[in-house]
Amino acid sequence: MTSARFPLTEAIVVDAQAIARLRASPNVAGFLRRYAALTGLVALLAFNFAVTPNFTTWQTLNVNLTQVATIVIVSVGMTLVIATGGIDLSVGSLMAISGALAPLIFLSPFGRDHATMGIILAFVVPVAVAGLFGLFNGWFITRFRVQPIVATLVLFIAGRGIGQVITNGNLQAFKNPSFQFIGLGRIFGVPCQVLIMLALVAGAAWMLRRTLFGRQILAVGGNEKAARLAGIPVAPVKRWVYAISGLCAGIAGLVVVSINSSSDANLVGLGMELDAIAAVAVGGTPFTGGRATVVGSLLGALLIQLLRYTLLANGVPDAAALVVKGAIIAGAVWSQQRSAAS
Amino acid sequence: MPLSSPLLAMRNIDKRFLGAHALAAATLEVEPAEVMGLVGQNGAGKSTLIKVLTGAHRKDAGTIVFWGKEIEFASPQEAQRGGISTIYQEINLIPYRSVAENIFLGREFRRYGLLDWRRMNGEAAELLRRFAIEIDVRRPLMEFSTAIQQMVAIARAVSFKSRLVIMDEPTSSLDEREVAVLFDVIRQLRAEGVSVIFITHRLDELYQICDRVTVMRDGRTVMVSAIADVDKLHLIAAMLGRDLEAVRQRSTGFRGTSGAAGGEVLAAERLVIGRKVRDARLEVRAGQIVGLAGLLGSGRTEVARAIFGADPADSGVIRLMGKTVSPEEPADAIALGVGFCTEDRKVEGIVPDMSVRENITLALLPRLTRAGIVDEARQREVVGRFIARLAIKTANIEQKVRELSGGNQQKVMLARWLCTDPKLLILDEPTRGIDVGAKVEIQSLIKELADQGLGVLMISSELEEIVEGADRVFVLSDGRTVANLPHAEATGPAIMAAMAHDVGPVSVDGSDRG
Repeated sequence: MTSARFPLTEAIVVDAQAIARLRASPNVAGFLRRYAALTGLVALLAFNFAVTPNFTTWQTLNVNLTQVATIVIVSVGMTLVIATGGIDLSVGSLMAISGALAPLIFLSPFGRDHATMGIILAFVVPVAVAGLFGLFNGWFITRFRVQPIVATLVLFIAGRGIGQVITNGNLQAFKNPSFQFIGLGRIFGVPCQVLIMLALVAGAAWMLRRTLFGRQILAVGGNEKAARLAGIPVAPVKRWVYAISGLCAGIAGLVVVSINSSSDANLVGLGMELDAIAAVAVGGTPFTGGRATVVGSLLGALLIQLLRYTLLANGVPDAAALVVKGAIIAGAVWSQQRSAAS
Repeated sequence: MPLSSPLLAMRNIDKRFLGAHALAAATLEVEPAEVMGLVGQNGAGKSTLIKVLTGAHRKDAGTIVFWGKEIEFASPQEAQRGGISTIYQEINLIPYRSVAENIFLGREFRRYGLLDWRRMNGEAAELLRRFAIEIDVRRPLMEFSTAIQQMVAIARAVSFKSRLVIMDEPTSSLDEREVAVLFDVIRQLRAEGVSVIFITHRLDELYQICDRVTVMRDGRTVMVSAIADVDKLHLIAAMLGRDLEAVRQRSTGFRGTSGAAGGEVLAAERLVIGRKVRDARLEVRAGQIVGLAGLLGSGRTEVARAIFGADPADSGVIRLMGKTVSPEEPADAIALGVGFCTEDRKVEGIVPDMSVRENITLALLPRLTRAGIVDEARQREVVGRFIARLAIKTANIEQKVRELSGGNQQKVMLARWLCTDPKLLILDEPTRGIDVGAKVEIQSLIKELADQGLGVLMISSELEEIVEGADRVFVLSDGRTVANLPHAEATGPAIMAAMAHDVGPVSVDGSDRG
């Protein structure tokens, strides 16, 4: 355990506050329930150190982190949406749109002629477009008072269609190292998308905790009527939250197509909304709104990812891993309810 | 069961939460066909005692004998099957389902495996007729007023053919006529041999309906008496544990009238809001407490919400701080220096999972922010100042507001607006559902604020509060302002007369000014 290569150190350090509370609290059982995701993660790590061959390698760490990064990036936006008491089903489809737009831009004649500008636009435009679609979700929800699950279902369905229309349903294969840095590059040996993931998690956690906007998100989720009567601009807060969810999905879409060196609007981000929601649930953010932990969502995503890896590395087939994943979500919700009742 | 024994005997009940005594050797006995009043300040243990009885909480010690048998119910449902029905303060019904469905929820009549709608609707209508309520029981519950919904809840409890019906503040959302109907029903229950435990904050009601009263304080039973043998002051003294002399001085926290009123902060004319408000007018000046009286459904709350921009008016003129405005959102009114404490603290006042600190600064937060980042040092300073000023009882500023008593939650709501330094504060039922001690504190605070120049518009169902507190009283009846009385003329009989008789619209500029 003294190894400097202790995987996932970042994640655990981020929740140092929780550990400090463990020390202060004699109620260990209560802690274990409250921080179920962290507890599960630590237990799983311990198990892997003992059992899984070649677990303590850079290779393992990088494989796990790169696989989980896109889920975490999407979960950041999802956590904020869920904190307002909403849900965003459109994130997977927005990833497909963003992933379809980027290669169109840098493969276009303009992109080829102005390589640098092409790359910059290939980053900025798809993310901005995904953000605008997110804003549309928020507008739809606040303007017509549509239930978020129904409102975002619209782009969940239509978004993937839009992605296919703009690419004529073609798979776009490419090789563009400067663009693909976002999915394949490393900074000081750390994959680029892992750094983006950590920056987004830290930024969102700070935003929720320290800024007016963050507190307003939680107030809207905690009691929308009270928030309105206290003068909080409920509709704009919600619109922005869905826009942020869209931006996060846009970034995740770029990461996925970079890793694959190809973009298929049929497949990019498929099922991502459910993975992100699962991470948020396991992480301990209640779906009723008003409370949220971005770090928890990170831990939740890591727990699900590491569990799958553990089972695969120990010869359990992927199909069985899905069942275990479901069980983990059920267990997380159960432990949340126990801790809410206690 | 022997005739001499009580229907219910709870003896030496102990209950601890996290080591702290919520109940310490508490006792409650109810005779058959008796209406037992149960009173005490918030936190005295009334609710906990009832929850122990109905199985919502487990007791730590003591015995409960009901109908000759020692019992310990595992859940309120089991208690209901055992003959004890409870009507909670918050109505636990399903708004989208019909009135009849709500009454028979969980034990629907069936015929040939299908729901027997005709029979359910018929029996539901008949049950409600006992309460003198004639409504279409096939309509969804949410289409009816809170009062009707409450009557439906009571009808449901009664229909269980219970031996004992517990009513937790059943009158808090009823107007006087409806209260009278409820009391008739209680008397009828008593005549049929059913016992009632009646929890209330309104002492007058005890004298109207109860046979005996049990007073609780700090988790103990401190007094049991036939209601005829105890006067109001002794009751209050028992609840507060204070000397009688201290209580006798005044019954509300208001004393005297304010000095000269300042300039106009609010004027409303010819307000029309939905179907409920047809011609409301009123005026509030700086340093003045203006009472807005009227029966439930007279449009009081609607007028207040329109002025605050919560539910905008359809037509009419609203002038705030001398400016003619039409607030579309609360934020518009807040920007002009208006604060609004809602009557429904739990539903639209507090943010339950947020701390006392955040709840207090919810409206002020934008002003505590620099470049989008909350200045937490200033925030703590403001919160500390108002917790001290309003004597809010909280473990620390990070305690969740839902863990506070009703009175302290209300003080948090007041603090939320006072820290924004408002010019007009609208208070809708500022002392509803809070204990006597906190009530007096809040009333004297309102008075003190008005003396310092704040304009206050106070809606209250308690006539005492309006009569003693208000410098001027506007009376609404059926959506119209029917009286505009200065303090000297605003006596109980005068206000009630105005509520009862539509004396025609009165001009804001009425007979007397200032």
